[in-house]
Amino acid sequence: MVPSESRTDTPRMITVENVTKRYGDKVAVDDLTFKVKPGIVTGFLGPNGAGKSTTMRLILGLDAPTSGTATIDGRAYRDLGAPLHEVGAMLEARAIHTGRSAYNHLLALAQTQGIGRGRVDEVIDMVGIQSVAKKRVGGFSLGMGQRLGVAAALLGDPSVLILDEPANGLDPEGILWIRTLLKRLAKEGRTVFLSSHLMAEMAQTADHLVVIGRGRLIADTSVEEFVQQASTGAAVRVVSPQATALRDALAAKQARVDSIEREVLEVHGVTGQEIGEIALAEKIVLAELTPLQLSLEQAFMRLTGETVEYHAAATDDDTDNADLKAAA
Amino acid sequence: MSATSATLEAPSRAASGTHGRVTQVRVIRSEWTKLWSLRSTRWTLLVAIVGMAGLGPLVAAVQMNRWFHMSPDDRLHFNAINTGLGGYHFAQLAIGVLGVLVLTGEYSTGQIRSTFMAVPKRLPVLWAKAGTFAAVTFVLMLISGLVAFLFSQSILTQHHVQTSLGHAPALRAWVGAALYLAVLGVLALSLGAIVRNTAGGIALFAGLLFVVPGLAAILPTSTQNAINPYLPSNAGTTILAGVHEAHTFSPWGGFALFCGYTVLALVIAAVLMRRRDA
Repeated sequence: MVPSESRTDTPRMITVENVTKRYGDKVAVDDLTFKVKPGIVTGFLGPNGAGKSTTMRLILGLDAPTSGTATIDGRAYRDLGAPLHEVGAMLEARAIHTGRSAYNHLLALAQTQGIGRGRVDEVIDMVGIQSVAKKRVGGFSLGMGQRLGVAAALLGDPSVLILDEPANGLDPEGILWIRTLLKRLAKEGRTVFLSSHLMAEMAQTADHLVVIGRGRLIADTSVEEFVQQASTGAAVRVVSPQATALRDALAAKQARVDSIEREVLEVHGVTGQEIGEIALAEKIVLAELTPLQLSLEQAFMRLTGETVEYHAAATDDDTDNADLKAAA
Repeated sequence: MSATSATLEAPSRAASGTHGRVTQVRVIRSEWTKLWSLRSTRWTLLVAIVGMAGLGPLVAAVQMNRWFHMSPDDRLHFNAINTGLGGYHFAQLAIGVLGVLVLTGEYSTGQIRSTFMAVPKRLPVLWAKAGTFAAVTFVLMLISGLVAFLFSQSILTQHHVQTSLGHAPALRAWVGAALYLAVLGVLALSLGAIVRNTAGGIALFAGLLFVVPGLAAILPTSTQNAINPYLPSNAGTTILAGVHEAHTFSPWGGFALFCGYTVLALVIAAVLMRRRDA
């Protein structure tokens, strides 16, 4: 057995290629392809049941894909000789025996690859669970459990980190801590891949986004581009004392116009500049002209709206407009 | 794992050599830590030790007290070996349940995912668990069996029916009891790995060891005599029987068959562990 620690053209890269996973006749992940690069924090976004956790389990070799390949540095997770040194992972569902102490849990993991007790103490200090390290994990709060999960992920000082909902259950101080930690780890050149349903948290932590819905890729883009992309075709808010006249002029140009208030319109289908030109031609006074930017959360809702597995209400255009109006 | 990839090895990693790689010995060390760091393990093993060491002498004391009330036939066929090692009846339940738990405890808590992320090849985990549990059981049961045997024989001297380890069948039965319990532990552990569920694993284990013999007993005698030697419990316990009973295998023959069953269960467990999603 020759140790294969190849660092070729894809250093520390997570590569998911045409991965499909079926459980019975239910498709959890559907022909998914994306790459996660080192040096930045990549967020993995999607509604509940979109297949985020399944995708992570496939990358980590816990589940086998029905077809396609998931690799790290070009190798399947199962072929890593020293997995904890290469990949540190934390799964959303707690993966820890409740009857064991935090210290012994970490020690048993460390021993599988000859990591010393010194390093176990180090990661315990790093995540701040010294005071409960000798206590049974079963009695841990959700936040303590998350910190222990992070400690386990950091044990082998890995160059790739895969974290499922790391901010879950953490208090504001804990969230700030994990955000700072993940950014620092990415800055050190590591690959950081984390899932979250907290869009606001993602906006502050992630540099790049992989968005999925119903197991399919929706977007693989930077946070700014994602918001921008979702905002194209979004409404423009116009305030004018001659709103009625403007409304008729715009309707003649095939724009869709909603009256919000007596002097306020929301216009779809034309850009702000076009509205300005129409108003000039018709000699209509404009008091305000604002393209409506979506927040990350709205962009997410807009792009995944049709792919949400369990939807509370009907998903037609009106729902989207209602969302935008509520936000405007 | 090709030669070309070896040449591409990054210098920093190359310098560390085998440092940090998963090896079978390291996985055994990890499983040793896991086994002893659970309260349930320590309690269940204590129960097995107390049962194995204590029940033989207790039965011996009762028999010596009741000696003159026993039928002449009972006295004639009195077996000092079976009396001394009778505690295995109790110990096998504790060892079996713990064996199942060694695996199913990881599945029910989700620990198995952490375990497989550290050892993605998976099978070293199964070998390490089976190996450490068998070794721990063998040593503990050998010691508590010796205590039981010596203590009961000293009680049996009251009516001069004692035996000693210098007697070949007694020596075989003492070591055999520990061997039987160690292999039984591996069998239970394999069943746990196959069903991955504590209740199901314990039911399967108890069914195989305790229920099937009862069912066989209600069959016609000729059928019974044909089937009985092959039942796991009957085959396995030939090695610790004080006297050879009719319609059973020889001590080592029966034990070999019991080991065969265990290997079969372990192989099925291994195949399923590699294939199934965790």
